[in-house]
This record gives sequence, structure tokens and C-alpha cells, in this order.
Amino acid sequence: MTTNSTSSRNYRVLLERFPVRRTILIVLSVLIAYGVIAGTVATLQTGRFTTADWVSLFTAGVARGSVYAIIALGYTLVYGILFIINFAHGEVFMAGTFTAFFIAQALAGQGILNEYPIPSLILLFVVSSVVSMAVAVILERVAYRPLRGAPRLVPLITAIGASLFLEYTFRGFYGAQVRAYPNIDILQGNIIIAGFSVQKAQVLVTIGAVILWFSLFMVIERTKLGRAMRAVGEDREIAALMGINVDRTIVSTFAIGGVLAGAAGILFVQLFNSVFFFMGFFPGIKAFTAAVLGGIGSITGAAVGGLVLGILEAVGPILFLTGFGIPSPNQLQPIISFGILVLVLIFRPGGLFGAPDEERA
Amino acid sequence: MKNRNGLRYLALLGVLTLVIAACGDGGGGSAPEECEADEFGCVEVAAGEAIKLGSLLVTTGPNSSLGLDSQYGVELALDAWGTEGEFDGTNGQIKGHDVTLTSEDDGCSADGGTAGANKLAADSQIVAVIGTSCSSAALGVADKIFSDKGISIVSPSNTGPALTAEGTHQPFYLRTAHNDSIQGAAVANFAYTELGLRTAATIHDGSPYADGLQQVFADTFTSLGGTVTKQEAIQVGDTDFNPVLTDIATDAPEFLYFPIFVAEGGLITQQARAIEGLADSVLAGSDGMFTQDWIDAAGAENADGVYISGPDLASFSGDVDFYNDVFIPAYTEKYGAPQSVFHAHAWDATNLVLTAIDSVAIEDGDTLYIPRTALKDALYATSGFVGITGSLTCATTGDCQPSATIAVVTVEGGAFTEAVYSELGTLDS
Repeated sequence: MTTNSTSSRNYRVLLERFPVRRTILIVLSVLIAYGVIAGTVATLQTGRFTTADWVSLFTAGVARGSVYAIIALGYTLVYGILFIINFAHGEVFMAGTFTAFFIAQALAGQGILNEYPIPSLILLFVVSSVVSMAVAVILERVAYRPLRGAPRLVPLITAIGASLFLEYTFRGFYGAQVRAYPNIDILQGNIIIAGFSVQKAQVLVTIGAVILWFSLFMVIERTKLGRAMRAVGEDREIAALMGINVDRTIVSTFAIGGVLAGAAGILFVQLFNSVFFFMGFFPGIKAFTAAVLGGIGSITGAAVGGLVLGILEAVGPILFLTGFGIPSPNQLQPIISFGILVLVLIFRPGGLFGAPDEERA
Repeated sequence: MKNRNGLRYLALLGVLTLVIAACGDGGGGSAPEECEADEFGCVEVAAGEAIKLGSLLVTTGPNSSLGLDSQYGVELALDAWGTEGEFDGTNGQIKGHDVTLTSEDDGCSADGGTAGANKLAADSQIVAVIGTSCSSAALGVADKIFSDKGISIVSPSNTGPALTAEGTHQPFYLRTAHNDSIQGAAVANFAYTELGLRTAATIHDGSPYADGLQQVFADTFTSLGGTVTKQEAIQVGDTDFNPVLTDIATDAPEFLYFPIFVAEGGLITQQARAIEGLADSVLAGSDGMFTQDWIDAAGAENADGVYISGPDLASFSGDVDFYNDVFIPAYTEKYGAPQSVFHAHAWDATNLVLTAIDSVAIEDGDTLYIPRTALKDALYATSGFVGITGSLTCATTGDCQPSATIAVVTVEGGAFTEAVYSELGTLDS
């Protein structure tokens, strides 16, 4: 007994002198920094890519990052108020987008889509947002509200179940085929911005995402509903005592998340014109990564996380890996995106804009 | 510790079950000596019971048109068996026994192939399997699972070269589809000689089909004198291919070959149209995208002008009259117009299997014994079997299509055209 406790005390002293965790972290960060810098320098030295190439990679990254950011808002809002991860959010995104596809197809068939592109786009945004909102609200009512008092693992499992349920329900509705969103002619081609040629669709998506993010920010900061949401996130019981209708606030949160997801879907299909029942999965996972990266629960964090992730995914594989002579670097893109997730969880569990010590996620 | 003990008991239980099962089999005792001699024994089909075949094709998801097309070919072949090509809506019989089909989904992935193959192989009554659709579901997965159990598997649409290559070929695996060493070379000849292009880039998705095919293409294109600027790879399930296309566009290749599948193939087709450096590049894919679903996924205006290669349905060298006058009308009546290009290969695969079963099955009273290794040997002994697609002769590596005509078609107004190029290729062996 005595020898045991002595040796364990010695061990503890040793640990205090050489904190293993911190040592590993320092070595790890030095290695990563070295790899990134060496790769970048080596890539730039090859001279393979012109400035125009980098700009086009960057704008593609900004555009896809903007979509991640808007979807990530849905994760972050729900987490901020209920502290659950709504893994079915990717399917909420799919539901609206896929439904709006049929409207888009009908409009394109009549030639209306290209004759009146802006009213058509607005109609698509409305349809997609309304459907996604309805799905999100039903999801909350059926899958999450009955579990509100349950341990946090329970709604998480439910979320995964709900996600599969929605995927296969919509497969039943709309079929398993990949469908192409009809192109809108005025969004095809490139425009010149500051001397660089940028795809019009990417510009539209970025502007659309900024508008959506800013509207949400104003709702949260400047309206009664926003104040109620923040209060419920702070402390549900006290908020209820202060006369806030908690149920209605939570439903509104889901509804706002759904509207954003539906709108993000219409932006998404301007970049990648395909819809099918599984389309929500990867954007959902990436947006979740973005939300964690930025600090889940933080609205600014979701925006920054989405952009950082999108840009790193687009530019990263080529910039960091080409220099090492790695063949097909783009196939390794998930290593970049999920590597970032792992690194953030190691070094800053609360995310870029979360409290540093927060380890709730 | 506790857990490990549990596992040990489980293992013991498993062994006991096997022993008991083995004793049970031995107890029957009346099986003919061919079954005793056969390494994998016999499938015993009792009086009044049906002979069970399996199918393992991709019947759901974005690539379902590929698998369903083959599935329908299999169903029609079972229907027409024994009735001289008449479709009466009921499956034919072998020596007085019905033939039934158990279908699983290969998911067009290694995971799907593993799950489906294990499920079928668990049924000891399954005699042979038609599948898989995608090479990724077969290579090292379904081909091995079935071979380990002595179940013959004949694929109507796997074209990946590795499946029948020395070293990776599994003993019970055969195919009626062409080998991509024919198809890749045909596409390279088309690009270099017919179109007169000198630089090319390729994209694959990591699947044995796409990787194998683009490699054959690249090797042939290089040996013709062309330059392959880049061989890129993408992730299945990704949606943004701007980075990879931008990377490829830095070399401005004249020909961009991406022999992948429907979802990613559609997206690359769209996105390549928006990349300025690829504005003059000719785009091309292969039979994984040879379906209207890919045109729908890409959008007709983007798909127009893309070249797609596949088996040339117009130059089948087998029973062409039957194909055009009987098979296609029957298919169309029952399932609508074919959505992909491997229904005839599926028909041939099924007929090969049925013929082989018929030749090796041993009747003992009303009971039928089908020795597994003998069935495999009968399949490999196939020589000069006249199917729809041609005269089938199975090589020791499992390739039953010693030569094949590959057609290249293009897309016009959202529909595939007739072949713009066609080339007869032969497997060198």
C-alpha cells in the first residue's frame, strides 16, 4: 500500500514538472505550423498557379464558406438555446431545397425563370424557406420537445434517427435520382471585380449570405423575440419566471434556423446545381464543423467558422500539399476540414468565438 | 477482462454450433459422391423446392438506373428460360425445380457490397449470384466473400481491370461485361486519333472502376504520343469541384476524362463549364455515367457535347435479331425503355449460370444436387456460348468477353446520340 501511494505521488510530481499534455500540444503545433509553411512555400515556388488562379480558388472558398455559415447558424441557434446538437439540420436544408426544385423546374419549363429571374428567385427562396421551416418546427414538436428534460445524449440519438427518417421520407417523396436545378442565365458566366474574373453565382451567394446573416443578427440583437431567445439560452427557468413563453421561443428558434437553412439551400444550388435526398448530409456535417470551429452558440462564430472552413477547403489542399508533390491533393480535402475540427477541439474546445474554457460541446 | 471472457464463450458457442451443424449434414448420408468430392459440397434442392439465385446490383440511390437495368435483364432471362424466349411472366424451371431470385443492393460501394454479399452468402441455398453492378462492390469484397463460400458470381457490369487481373482475381468470379483495358484504350484512341487532341487530364473518384479506367486511358494516350497533364482524384459525396478543376485548368488540357458516376459526374460537368481555363476542353465520361440520370444531374445544357463511352448496343455480335425484335420490346413493355446499357450483359450472365446449373445438377429422385466447384468449372469451361452481346468464351481470369465493341456517343438536346465512334477491342491474353 505505502509503496503504491509513494510511486503514484512521484508520478504526479513528475507530471507537474513535465506536463505531458502541454508538451504534446506544443510539439504538435510546431509540426503543423512547419508543414503548412513549408508546403505553402514549396507550392508557391513551383509557380504553377497564377494570381488569378488563387483568386478564383479563394472566391470559390468564400462562396461555399458562406453557405456553410448560414447552415451553421441553424446549429448554433439551437445549441445556444437548448444545448443540443440538431443533427437533422442538414435534412431540414435538403427538404426545402428539394421541394423548391420542382417549382424551379416548372418555372424553367414555362420560360418564366429566365424571363423574370428575380421574382422567380424570390419565389424559390420563399418556397424553400417555408418548407424547411415547417420541417424544422415539426421536428422540434415531434422529436425534441418530448425529450426536453432528458439527458443530453437522448436528443442527440433522436437527432440522428430523425435525420435518417427525413432522408428516406424525402427519398420516398421525390425519388433517389440526382436532379439538376435549372440554370438561371443571368447568373451564368463571370464578371470582372478589381481586375479578376469571378463567377457571378459566387458573388450572388456571398451577398445573399451576408444579407441573411445580418438580418439574423438584427433579429437577435434588436427585437423582443431575440431578447427572449437570449434569455432562454441564459436560463430557461428564470426566463419563464420573467414571463417569457419558453415553448414559443424555442419553436421560433427552430423556425428561424429552418428559414435560414431553406434560404441557404437556394444559394447552394446556384453553386452546385444538384439536388438529391442525401444532399443535406455533407453540408450538414461541414456546417457543424464550421459552427464548432467558430464557437458553437456564437452567431459571429458561425459566420467566421464557415468562411474559414470554406476558404481552407478550397485553397488548403492545393496550397499546402502541392508543394510536397502529393498526387491529387484535392482528394485529401476532408483531412483539411476535419483536421481543423480536431485541432480546434484540442487547442480551443470552445471554438474561436466561444469562451476558451467552455467544454460543453 | 470480463468482456474478453464473454467473447471466449461466444467463440466456443460458435464452434459448437458449427460442429453440430457439420454432424447434422453428415447424418443425411444420401448425397451422391460428386458432393463428397466437391470442396464446397452441394446445394441440395429438395423435392418441390426452388433453386435460389441471388442478385447483388445497385438498385437504390443515384446510380440505381445502372443496377435496375441489369436487374430487369436478369428477371427477363429467368422468365424466358425454358420457354424458347417466350415471356410468359413465370420463371423457367431446371429439371422440374423452379428458379427464384433473391435480390440485394450493392450500394455501388465496398460497404454495400460487403453487406449484400454477406447476407446472400449466409443463405446456404444460394447457388450462384448475378452481380455486382459497381466494381467497388466486388473487388476484394463480394468476389472474395462468395469465392470463400464456393458461390459462383457473374457480373453483368463490373468493368474494372483489377477484378480479372492476375493476383487480384478471385476463383469463383466471372463477368460478361467488357474489361476496361478495352474501353480505356478505345477512349484514348478516340481522343487522340479521331478528335486529334494531344493533351488530356483525368479525374477519378478512388473507386477501382474509375481509377483503373483512367489509368488504362492515360497509358494508352501516352503511348500514342499524347501528354497526360494531370491525373486527379476526388471524393465521393463532395459537391464543390472548383478547386480540382482550377488546378487542372492551369495546364489547359484539350481533353478532360472523368469516368466516374452519376452524382459527382453531373457536378463536374456543370462546374467545368464555369471554369474559364476549361472553356475549350472536350469533356468525356464512361459507362458509369451512361444513363439519362447523369444528363438530368448535369442539366441538359451542360451535358450537351460531352462524350460518353460504353458497350456498343448496335454492334452486338450475338443474337442481334432476338435482341432487337424480342428482347427490347419485351423489356420496354414491362419496365419502360432501358435507362442504361448493361441489360443484355445481365441477360447473358443469367443464361450462362442457368445453362451451367442445368449441366452439372444431379437428379436423385426428386432431389437435386448442385456441386459448387463443378458449377464454377462449368462456367469457366464456357466456350463459344452465343448470347446477345456476342460469343462468350470465359478465360481462366474470369473474363467471358474476349472482345467487345466500345461506342462513344455524345449528348445533343439532352439526349444521347447514336454512336459517333465505335471500336472493336480484343483482350490480349
